[in-house]
Amino acid sequence: MAIEIEKPSVGLSKVAVSETHGEDSPYFAGWKAYDENPYNESSNPSGVIQMGLAENQVSFDLLEKYLEEHSEASSWGEGAPGFRENALFQDYHGLKSFRQAMANFMEQIRGGRAKFDPDRIVLTAGATAANELLTFILADPGDALLVPTPYYPGFDRDLRWRTGVKIVPIHCDSSNNFQVTPEAMEAAYRCAESMNLKVRGILITNPSNPLGATIQRSVLEQILDFATNKNIHLVSDEIYSGSTFSSSEFISIAEVLETRGYKDSERVHIVYSLSKDLGLPGFRVGTIYSYNDKVVTTARRMSSFTLISSQTQHLLACMLSNKEFSENYIKTNRERLTWRYDMIINGLKNAGIECLKGNAGLFCWMNLSPLLEEPTRESELALWKVILNEVRLNISPGSSCHCSEPGWFRVCFANMSEQTLEVALGRIHKFMEQRRRN
Amino acid sequence: MRLVVPLQGVVQGRGGLIFGSLIPCALFYFLQLYLKRHRSPNSRSNPPSPSASAQNLAELTRTSSRSNLLSRGSIVPVLISSLATSISKPNDSPYYIGLDKASEDPYDRIDNPDGVIQLGLSENRLCFDLIEKWMLENLKDSMRGREEGDLSISGIASYQPLDGTMELKMAMAGFMSRVMGGAVSFEPSQMVLTAGATPAIETLCFCLADHGNAFLVPTPYYPGFDRDMKWRTGVELIPVHCRNTDNFVLSISALNQAFNQTRKRGTKIRGILLSNPANPVGNLLSREMLCDLLYFAREKNIHIISDEIFAGSIYGNEEFVSIADVVDSEDFDKSRVHIVYGLSKDLSLPGFRVGMIYSFNENVLAAARKLTRFSSISAPTQRLLVSMLSDARFIEEYMVTNKKRIRNMHDLFVAGLEGLGIRCADSSAGLYCWADMSKLILTYGEKGELELWEKLLHVAKINITPGSACHCIEPGWFRCCFTTLDKEDIPVVMERIRKLADTRAASRG
Repeated sequence: MAIEIEKPSVGLSKVAVSETHGEDSPYFAGWKAYDENPYNESSNPSGVIQMGLAENQVSFDLLEKYLEEHSEASSWGEGAPGFRENALFQDYHGLKSFRQAMANFMEQIRGGRAKFDPDRIVLTAGATAANELLTFILADPGDALLVPTPYYPGFDRDLRWRTGVKIVPIHCDSSNNFQVTPEAMEAAYRCAESMNLKVRGILITNPSNPLGATIQRSVLEQILDFATNKNIHLVSDEIYSGSTFSSSEFISIAEVLETRGYKDSERVHIVYSLSKDLGLPGFRVGTIYSYNDKVVTTARRMSSFTLISSQTQHLLACMLSNKEFSENYIKTNRERLTWRYDMIINGLKNAGIECLKGNAGLFCWMNLSPLLEEPTRESELALWKVILNEVRLNISPGSSCHCSEPGWFRVCFANMSEQTLEVALGRIHKFMEQRRRN
Repeated sequence: MRLVVPLQGVVQGRGGLIFGSLIPCALFYFLQLYLKRHRSPNSRSNPPSPSASAQNLAELTRTSSRSNLLSRGSIVPVLISSLATSISKPNDSPYYIGLDKASEDPYDRIDNPDGVIQLGLSENRLCFDLIEKWMLENLKDSMRGREEGDLSISGIASYQPLDGTMELKMAMAGFMSRVMGGAVSFEPSQMVLTAGATPAIETLCFCLADHGNAFLVPTPYYPGFDRDMKWRTGVELIPVHCRNTDNFVLSISALNQAFNQTRKRGTKIRGILLSNPANPVGNLLSREMLCDLLYFAREKNIHIISDEIFAGSIYGNEEFVSIADVVDSEDFDKSRVHIVYGLSKDLSLPGFRVGMIYSFNENVLAAARKLTRFSSISAPTQRLLVSMLSDARFIEEYMVTNKKRIRNMHDLFVAGLEGLGIRCADSSAGLYCWADMSKLILTYGEKGELELWEKLLHVAKINITPGSACHCIEPGWFRCCFTTLDKEDIPVVMERIRKLADTRAASRG
């Protein structure tokens, strides 16, 4: 009788034991430090201020007001006639009314400059799931996706962990404000080829995380041309599209396609979510919008693993199809984020710190390279540790975003009250003054 | 296309270096110039500079990649992955085809009396009135936070623990304990909550097995496992056949045989996947059998996944025993036992997407927790359910009424089938019965079974699931879900089957 003796206890899979979840990196170590000693205005004023979480808390009151005034969104009407159907509804197509509302909302964000067809929307439980799902669909295990650096640290996990797909970075640097260039894309492609990796697509985040800036139209055109030239896919993660400081500066890839008459659009897919723009990450609402019929069909089928609660779909369908609410929300949210951004940029400037010129997102990209002992990753991490332990701010080091230039840090400003932001700026000011004196 | 193919041959060196590089280079350069000149006037992109494009062309000719050459003018469509390609094919399983047909032309006693009667979806509609009543009386308060000042949105809008809130885990622990007769208590810290049981099972599979490994699964089994356990994990399911003579109860010798045969061909078995209560048969695993299975798993050093999603849908007199109960009471290695559960069946809320992994293995829990980021439960739903599940009086009333109503429907439905000479397997749980329709088959075998299925779907217009879709080794068995019906619809179903049976009997002789 065969008994396995190589392992005394029952084994786990490679996926389970792999480190690809990335939770041992500094990005997450900072979170642990915050969890252990979180700042609180009254009870723990010397605690760590969380500036590493890109969450939008500036417009909660608008959501609350809506829900107070529209109880039908949280319930199913008088006598709950729609409840039964809703509770049974597990169709992976998703509620038509919700898809329609999402399509409209996405159009509103883009100032009506692009149209979205509700039947091309696939719903997922968050953009995290959307990005992973798309990767399963566009690439085979062992293939590669090209991603411009610096990029959201979560991609290392979301795009690679269970899919077995690799990321090959497209290196960008501060000489041109970290914009993607055709040369950089070509270099990355060649790099992948030299490693015998088949490139299946390029994934961009627009507006960019962590840069906090939108991608210019000309660059989008170049990226689309590159993808067309290589016959690969283009995924545009537009999760921050509603968090731009002005409505005109954000150009969606959808608009570029519209201008080109949707020629060759079957390689383009957009990822969106309500976690950032609407400040509802707990609701787990993400979408894939694809111009490719096969991708829509397969993504829909695969979304069985990551469906959105029908209760939530119903609630959000009510809320987002209320034009008055959505228009007001988009406008007010923009204004408030702009205000916060100006506040932090000015505060940092007064402390002698420069940031990349940004126009979107819930964070700014701060340049601390003048403070580095040496222009190395180790120096950057040493500085990050000082900021975490002495200044007691959790900010994200550029190396965790795969930035090729050391010394840059992502600083979030929308996940706290204005008072807390003032406190954080005060601490930075003090820290910079001390350094100058020494 | 015809122009390009001979060029490719030239490029690959058959025409010599000059022809191999110069001619295609020149041709493509002129092609590009042509395309540039005829670009749409609306395009605001900067045309690539000649030196850059020449460099690109040189790149292209050096590589013999076909897709590069053909991408000019996009003659070849951009490819999707092999996984996606296989999923995009039209579904050929009767299980899914039947579901689609029934939803396209759904029976309604008044509005569509000739529609397809849906008996292929194991959904419980018998107790909605109770849930609706609870909603009406409690919803407003349930959506508000518990504490003072906990406003309705800010508590649930922000990032929650991805594997579920502690409040919901505690409420689920209490509910599961009640469902399983109070015989075992569940530890909230050993739970990982997911958006339905579907991702729970897939996530567990990702944690326990590598691509190419296998799980042993007793047949007949839920057709969805072929998707949930295999699609993205690359895992294989090895059927372990159970027979009518044993009332479709698993035998350890069959399990052993399947294990050895699979091992012989070099495939590694990582575990056994059980459904208890069983789907589609509806029988329960005895305490003794559970012990035997645990011994077997220990001997082979493999895992056991027990899908107990129908644990609260017991209508018979037999007592349900959870594997958690057995593992607690005897001295078994708990680290190999994992339970899947959810609220889709027992609480009739499939749309809300609430499932869980319950494990005794800390390493599995740690990995599964991280994987739940891809399938977390929506926060407003978590809050609503904490309220509902904590209402002990409501849950008690619901469970008692639910059991009664499922039993009534079961008895009526099975009696109806018996009246037609159709016998059902012994069962005491689930939302369905397992019916032997072999007498209605024209030619005994899988083909005959599928022919009967087709006639039932398109002529009699009832959607039931054929045994072959469930990998049953004996033809003629069908799963009939009866909890989506009203009592008044049962005679309609029986009449339609009778009509078809009569037609077949007449045509035969």
